[in-house]
Amino acid sequence: MEHHIVLRVVAKSFIPVILLFALYVQFHGDYGPGGGFQAGVIFGSGIILYALIFGLQTTKKVLPQSIIHHMTGIGVLLYAGIGVLSLIRGGNFLDYSVLGATPAAGQHIGIMLIELGVGVTVAFVMVSLFYSFAGYRQKDLDDPAAEDDDEQDSIEKSDQQ
Amino acid sequence: MTYIGLYNYWIVFLLMMTGLYVVIVSTNLIKKIIGLNIFQTSVFILYISIGKVAGGTAPILAEGYKIYSNPLPHVLILTAIVVGVATTALGLALIVRIHSEYGSVDEEKIYQNDPVD
Amino acid sequence: MISTHFPVLQVALPLLAAPACVVFRQATVTWLLALSVSCISFLISISLLWQAYSTGEIRYELGGWAAPWGIEYKVDVVNAFVLVIVSGMSSVVLVYARESLRYELGIRRIHLAYTGWLLCLTGLLGITVTGDAFNVFVFLEISSLSSYLLISLGPDRRALTAAFQYLVMGTIGATFILIGVGLLYMMTGTLNMADLSERIPAVSHTTTVHAAFAFLALGIALKAAVFPLHYWLPNAYTYAPSAVTAFMAASATKVSIYLLLRFFFDIFSESFSLRTMRLNEILLIMGVVAIFSMSLVAIYQHNVKRMLAYSSVAQVGYMVLGIGLASPTGITAAILHLFNHALMKGALFMALGCMFYRIKSLELNDLAGIGRTMPWTTMAFVVGGLSLIGVPLTVGFVSKWYLILAALERDWWWLAVLVVASSLLAVVYIWRVVEAAYFKPAPNTEVNEAPLSLLIPTWLLIVANVYFGINAQLTIDFASVAAADLLGLR
Repeated sequence: MEHHIVLRVVAKSFIPVILLFALYVQFHGDYGPGGGFQAGVIFGSGIILYALIFGLQTTKKVLPQSIIHHMTGIGVLLYAGIGVLSLIRGGNFLDYSVLGATPAAGQHIGIMLIELGVGVTVAFVMVSLFYSFAGYRQKDLDDPAAEDDDEQDSIEKSDQQ
Repeated sequence: MTYIGLYNYWIVFLLMMTGLYVVIVSTNLIKKIIGLNIFQTSVFILYISIGKVAGGTAPILAEGYKIYSNPLPHVLILTAIVVGVATTALGLALIVRIHSEYGSVDEEKIYQNDPVD
Repeated sequence: MISTHFPVLQVALPLLAAPACVVFRQATVTWLLALSVSCISFLISISLLWQAYSTGEIRYELGGWAAPWGIEYKVDVVNAFVLVIVSGMSSVVLVYARESLRYELGIRRIHLAYTGWLLCLTGLLGITVTGDAFNVFVFLEISSLSSYLLISLGPDRRALTAAFQYLVMGTIGATFILIGVGLLYMMTGTLNMADLSERIPAVSHTTTVHAAFAFLALGIALKAAVFPLHYWLPNAYTYAPSAVTAFMAASATKVSIYLLLRFFFDIFSESFSLRTMRLNEILLIMGVVAIFSMSLVAIYQHNVKRMLAYSSVAQVGYMVLGIGLASPTGITAAILHLFNHALMKGALFMALGCMFYRIKSLELNDLAGIGRTMPWTTMAFVVGGLSLIGVPLTVGFVSKWYLILAALERDWWWLAVLVVASSLLAVVYIWRVVEAAYFKPAPNTEVNEAPLSLLIPTWLLIVANVYFGINAQLTIDFASVAAADLLGLR
């Protein structure tokens, strides 16, 4: 029992620090080692630590499957969207110089948003991988009702032909 | 200097051969993935070690430093690491499904169940 | 002008559509999105081919950074031809894929199959269009990872082990390519393909460049399924879903053969690859051995899909043989065969998918008598088979003709005889299927013809087979200009 209490208390103090550190690494990529992928992995491992200690069901209440699916897509769309935005504003694809008032400001904004897209995608992909591996049960493959109930039924109803 | 000075290549060589050996020889699928990871890690070390410039500091602009190491291999390896992570994740997901279908992750037992014709 | 951005839009549009498919989770919406993006890519690739053919090489700087420092996309006729093949096959097979994937995968999570498809398309188009050596590795891995995913979705449980085998071998191959590029970067300091081709001659006597050559050759040969390194292909093609096999057979190996051409004729100059490193002798021997051994193995298969998979390895042997001959005619034959084989195998695997849709099995015994119950499908298979053999009036004849011409140019009449003899082997395995379909009595179960949405794309490719076999001037023009470009003769 003591072990469980120690784990709970330590996790509760560490997880916010881990998530904050992930944000620090994300935005500090301009000036030091850091950037999207590293930050995403740290953020993801913070969430995974929470899931390891407090259980998968509780974590799914915090971060439901649907949010994970949407955010991974939105991260990649943000990255490619910045490229298209550069095209629209007259430069080549992913030419950050046209995104701001001066080329230097444009580069700064461009890199920050690109890394944000990468960080978001990587963090939620890590969490999604954990959900898939940890929540895997053989009968989920055969019995559709046991899986993520919220959206799956509506999809199934709309897909019936 | 010649052989000892090139110690980074010796390390790359050892890791590469270890990784390939593990992939080829193990029958356990998870060990194959581990071998693949070791093999990929050797390539990362190859790239990063050739990026070091003698007397150079970390490639972050700072006051008072004139020589920086080459930042390009670091960027390339970041991409390659992400690729390696994705490959490992996909491989492990396939292993989980294989285990649930065949009941084992040993290659020989799997081929006993479903002989390759 | 939007058309100046076509090189990057070619890759960026499928890349944008893939996460959009993850966000919209409806099966029909994602299929429509995939189909429309694929068709738009096809139109873009045709425009790029026309532009490259008439005005010359197109260069596009990604991110506005100038060439050796930034990543540059370079489109010439070789590139653009392969782009047309890949995007065209993707569009045609996607029309087919809707019903076929719905039947083989079931309704749940089919949007993820289309996401994987779009990512595979992005990767293949990206490998073809880029002019930077490391970018090749990145897109190669994107396309490889998504193809492992697509193959593992097959209905048989052996699809999982097939995908795993392909994963292990494919990752080793891609890592070898990475090592080769790394060694080249170490010796020349650049990753841009044009810059590499200028700087390599100065250092080409060093063992490092020889080692880089060897690593690149092995890695690319593994991804292209050149004879001894083909082990992953039969399992992967046999157990994947039918639409996925049709798409992969028509595109994945073609892009790897294109990489072979690009690396060994463009980056390492032809004299280095072929004379110093004697790659042409190796490719010649491997090509001939591939053709004969794989056709012989194909004859003894009782699963028709597996038979065609071994036949695909043999056809890669033809392409490699053409490259090994290293003359303008030989390389024209290889590039022509890229296009022709895509048409042939795409049509054949789609016809097999139609048969699987109704009969639920592809064993030779189970196909007895379908010539009468599924006449259109079997006729499609027969015409595709005739094209595979190389009967005149079909595309298969055109590429074999050019191979024989290339062999005769060197006075190697024995090679021409070998090419003809191998076509006779193809007759044997195609005949086995025709015999089972037309000359065996049908079992009592009622079997209908395949639905129109599966038949129409199959017949579209079959008609293209015959059309480009009769009027081959267009493809021969493109292929010969591409070959001249590669050999530096234009």
